[in-house]
Amino acid sequence: MSQFTPTHRIAVSYIDKSREFYLNKGFGNPYRWASHTDAPFAKLTKLLSECRIAVVTTAAPDEAGGTDRKVWSAASDPIPKKLFTYHLSWHKTATHTDDVGSYLPLAELNAAAESGRIGTVSPRFFGVPTTFSQRQTNTEDAPTILKMCQEDQVDAVVLVPL
Amino acid sequence: MGLTSRHLESNGIPTVVIGSARDITEQCGVARFLFTDFPLGNPCGKPNDVTMQAAILEIALALLEQAAFPRTTVQAPFAWSADSDTGWRESYMKIES
Repeated sequence: MSQFTPTHRIAVSYIDKSREFYLNKGFGNPYRWASHTDAPFAKLTKLLSECRIAVVTTAAPDEAGGTDRKVWSAASDPIPKKLFTYHLSWHKTATHTDDVGSYLPLAELNAAAESGRIGTVSPRFFGVPTTFSQRQTNTEDAPTILKMCQEDQVDAVVLVPL
Repeated sequence: MGLTSRHLESNGIPTVVIGSARDITEQCGVARFLFTDFPLGNPCGKPNDVTMQAAILEIALALLEQAAFPRTTVQAPFAWSADSDTGWRESYMKIES
């Protein structure tokens, strides 16, 4: 049982934190985060045990990928031992990303496939860059991810932002 | 990532987002969201904790199967530390005075 008895909302508000952080540094035009009232919703059309599942990450394949910030893909097997994450805003003083399993659930998806919980793991996993441009995400990157998922006949997707 | 999830959903592919930035993901609005209340970087479970990583993926899979409505959020039943208060919440983007 937790002894933590906060006087404020526990979950960190990253929108507020980042706005205050950059305002303090003199950047007076805060980032406008995506905001929607409703959300599109697709249901599974077959049993999960028959589904092919893909993973999408915000990590990059290597340091150059962290600079290029393009959509990318790689084979799900073998699972990469390491991806490049340093360019992302994860909490570098509190944790690390040396274990890819902490942000790329391919090993656990493989186990789920072996046990019959899911059908198969998609032969590729996908990377989508974090970008300030929502237009780029909506009109270029997300459609590219969709196309690759369709090529791999993916039935459902697990997306993991760092 | 929320926008990519929404695009896939709009085109008939069910998704689940596993993440640690609750406000950003919920404000964007996604179909299914598994919130892991950890420092940013390890939404699928603590590094090298395979048991936790398996448990978190299973919740995500259950969400794919069972969520009845969009914007369904589930919080993973794990704390970063025993008392959830090791200062990591305050230290992120801390403004030095």
